[in-house]
Amino acid sequence: MYDTGKIITGLVIFIAIVSFPFWGSFGGSTEAPKPVIKVSGQCIESADFMRANHMQLLDDWRNSVVRGDSATDRIYTSITYGTKHDKSLSSTGSSLVSSGEKQSCMSCHSNKEEFCDTCHDYASVKPYCWTCHIEPKENI
Amino acid sequence: MKIINPLLIVLVLIALAYAGVNAMGMTLLFGVVIPIVAFIVFLLGFITKVLSWSKSPVPFRIPTTAGQGKSLPWIKQAKLDNPSSTAGVLGRMALEVLLFRSLFKNTKAELTEGGMLAYGSSKWLWLGGLVFHWSFLLILVRHLRLFLEPVPALITFLEAGDSMFQMAFLPAFYLTDAAILLAATYLFLRRVVSPQIKTLSLPADYFAILLIIAIATTGVLMRYYYRVDVVAIKDLIRGLVTFSFNVPEGIGVIFYIHLFLVSVLAIYFPFSKLMHLGGVFLSPTRNLANNSRAQRHINPWNPDIKFHTYEAYENEFREKMKAVGLPVEKE
Ligand code: HEM
Repeated sequence: MYDTGKIITGLVIFIAIVSFPFWGSFGGSTEAPKPVIKVSGQCIESADFMRANHMQLLDDWRNSVVRGDSATDRIYTSITYGTKHDKSLSSTGSSLVSSGEKQSCMSCHSNKEEFCDTCHDYASVKPYCWTCHIEPKENI
Repeated sequence: MKIINPLLIVLVLIALAYAGVNAMGMTLLFGVVIPIVAFIVFLLGFITKVLSWSKSPVPFRIPTTAGQGKSLPWIKQAKLDNPSSTAGVLGRMALEVLLFRSLFKNTKAELTEGGMLAYGSSKWLWLGGLVFHWSFLLILVRHLRLFLEPVPALITFLEAGDSMFQMAFLPAFYLTDAAILLAATYLFLRRVVSPQIKTLSLPADYFAILLIIAIATTGVLMRYYYRVDVVAIKDLIRGLVTFSFNVPEGIGVIFYIHLFLVSVLAIYFPFSKLMHLGGVFLSPTRNLANNSRAQRHINPWNPDIKFHTYEAYENEFREKMKAVGLPVEKE
């Protein structure tokens, strides 16, 4: 009695599980996501800064806008360019920094699906911005 | 010494990856070559080891009777503790592998003030071990988001559950991250604080746990503190699993350190005590049904004995036996 048959069966199952990342990827795409930006011009910080820090920035904005009480808590000064901006993800109304309409993130990046979601889906990140904010419905 | 040396080895490994990537720019070596070699060594090493085990004969049934064995119909059998069927064995194995049931029966021995030997229950090792292994497994499964595209719903679901408290961190904090660090630290300290366990521990015991602590720590630092470009990392990993290797720019060195430590763990694995991952399934006291009385188990290395039965003996000597008046069975 050596039970070799049972051991080999177990090994085959083990190999199938361990190599799953390889055979589970057969025919899958190897394309890295390419977020689409519809408008030209620059963001409030450099693209590199935004790629690395946009989540932290938005989190800070939320905390200071929700919990802060003075008008300055609602204004952001760019580290890269020194320009002033309303801290706003998607709201509209009159601006605190200019005489016109408020500029929010979504005014330029209005295409959430082609912009935000490309990377977030790829990296399986689920930001909870849209549990409070109204999700842009660009496709409807 | 037996703690310092393994610690030094882990630190040197970290320094190696840091210097290799940061000073010498060997991202191809640390990002592609070493991980692929590590995977191959892990897989072939694991298979070779288990095949070598399969050459040992299975011992006779060892009824470690933590419960009543199968007996007369009116005596109640402890079906999970002393199974007599394959289903029962599967149940006992599942409880062992998933819940560490044997370890749950762990006891500690103490001398009381009066000099009496007393045994008590001791569940901390069981709890620490269970938390450690389960969080390790969940973290590994969650990592599949970096390997698969599109990310399967099951993994998204696990991530959502693991990060459901959305605690004070950005990105969302995983409960398993805290769990694995706490449990691994406990398992390490257990071997440091208690003099008895320290005596029993070998450098290899410290090395395995320190290496895993280092892997978890670099992972946690990468996610919550240094921050890395996960999209670029997934690009690299997708290259590995589809054999279209590429090394994107701009991945932080902390990722290469993490990956190098994991590669070392994978290479070390088949040659170490970590093979209990495969070995637990071959525990003879757990995976053999107690059916010795119902079924005949023949020793596999019994020599081929030539028997000379009485019948053959009598056939050979019948005439001579009759001649001297000995009784015979057949005339
Ligand atoms: C023994 C295996 C491994 C262990 C125990 C481990 C552990 C961890 C831990 C605890 C984290 C913190 C965040 C989280 O829990 O998801 C982490 C993050 C990470 N690990 Fe691992 N890891 C392992 C293998 C790997 C491998 C093989 C890769 C890549 C090929 C990898 C790449 C990463 C990356 C990119 C992150 C950062 C994720 C983020 O920033 O969101 N890990 N790891």
